[in-house]
Amino acid sequence: MAFILESFQSAFLLILRLDRELFNIMVLSLKVSGSALTSATMLGLPLAAILGLTRTPLKGFFLNLMNTCMGLPPVVVGLFIYLMLSRSGPLGFMGLLYTPTAMMIAQFVLALPIIVALCHSAIVSVDPVIRDAALTLGATRSQASLTVVAEARYGIISAIIAAFGRLMAEVGAILIVGGNIAGYTRVMTTTIALEADKGNFELALALGIVLLGMALFINSLLLIFQRKGMVRK
Amino acid sequence: MKRCYNFWSSVCLMVLLFCGPAFADDIICASTTSTENSGLFGHILPLFEKDTGIEIKVVARGTGAALEMGRRGDADVVLVHAKEQELQAVAEGFFVDRHDVMYNDFVVIGPPNDPAGIKGLGSAVDAFKKIADQQAVFVSRGDQSGTHTKELAIWKQVDINPTGLQWYLEVGQGMEKTQRIGNEKRAYVLTDRGTWLATKDQLEMEILLEGDPILFNQYGIMAVNPEKHSHVKYEQAMKFIKWMISDKGQAAIDGFRDKQGNSLFVPNAK
Repeated sequence: MAFILESFQSAFLLILRLDRELFNIMVLSLKVSGSALTSATMLGLPLAAILGLTRTPLKGFFLNLMNTCMGLPPVVVGLFIYLMLSRSGPLGFMGLLYTPTAMMIAQFVLALPIIVALCHSAIVSVDPVIRDAALTLGATRSQASLTVVAEARYGIISAIIAAFGRLMAEVGAILIVGGNIAGYTRVMTTTIALEADKGNFELALALGIVLLGMALFINSLLLIFQRKGMVRK
Repeated sequence: MKRCYNFWSSVCLMVLLFCGPAFADDIICASTTSTENSGLFGHILPLFEKDTGIEIKVVARGTGAALEMGRRGDADVVLVHAKEQELQAVAEGFFVDRHDVMYNDFVVIGPPNDPAGIKGLGSAVDAFKKIADQQAVFVSRGDQSGTHTKELAIWKQVDINPTGLQWYLEVGQGMEKTQRIGNEKRAYVLTDRGTWLATKDQLEMEILLEGDPILFNQYGIMAVNPEKHSHVKYEQAMKFIKWMISDKGQAAIDGFRDKQGNSLFVPNAK
């Protein structure tokens, strides 16, 4: 079991040294997952609000679809995006395959169902009294909806944290659409997979610890927001 | 509400910043794990970039996947090791300007006690036949890679189709993982020498067969045919190919040593 200790040690050394290559890899990981997460939230949250607060046709079907897609295997998503973006595919003219943008698109597809499904359940569990109160106090329908969404922020941030966890840990999709090109599309998880492939297990584990540390840091930030949402209640 | 707008506008800005466009003077080279993971590209590409200013982005896959990338137009140039498949793809019109670049060789590795007794046979075909007769466990890449192609060619000469047999494990993984599975299973594995030299310290295996001419492993480079895919950067790809087969490129390959100081590839461009 000494290898765990050794891995923590070398993870610590990796962070202390923080050479340019590792730093760039960490930044790219955050860029790709961060931008996929923000764009998925920007689209997913309004979608969840519409599903939760209005009577939309096919609502049940759509929610069921989103719940199912939460379990989408990343490899399948990666393959689908690959075929779409490939030069022989319908979007090939854009030349996006093997770029960070392609990785972002794949992760966006992975994050969206989580955001929609979990935000929806956060929004519908807000006490309906709040909406009625807002309407009684003279709010328009859209203002009342915004009040409900604001009230659900605790659950919404939980959804964002869940989606972020999935994205930061994801390797299957970004490996296929990004190609793991050194210095260009190589991120934390694909580096870990590569080092594990090469048999550098301690290094791979150390990088995993670094990744976990990054996630811990980001989640702490999100938790601060979440607490704010709790206190006001 | 104002706060809200600030938040969303900063989010939009972030997204825009992160969606960088692709750059002009770089090309994608589809290649194999043996060239990337051994560190060969890390050694020669900086030299090439200094000479020409062209940046090469390497996507390392098995030979089958790398050729498919080229066929689909998702790469500009490929460097792989399955000469017959390469020539066939050239004949089909997917690639042009194929050149031999370098070679190394395959070896058969296995548990030191050699349960099938292939040590000293000298012929890979005889060794494979013996492994099949003894039903000794054999771990195969099973991924259409160059190594897998070579292995299947040998089985064909033995006149055995091992697919589905109980002692024959097709794992569908890269070379290093296949070796490790072989190590755990006390099995025989066909591997390229470069990967073996890089990983042998982690394995309780040894070379049981080497030097048979059938185990010769030729690497070739070729450009994706610009007539099939008009977007490929043929000009830059040709600069890379010409550099690789030039005296300078060949010397760079010759000068490459792995971490233990082994020479892994022998240049042989004509």
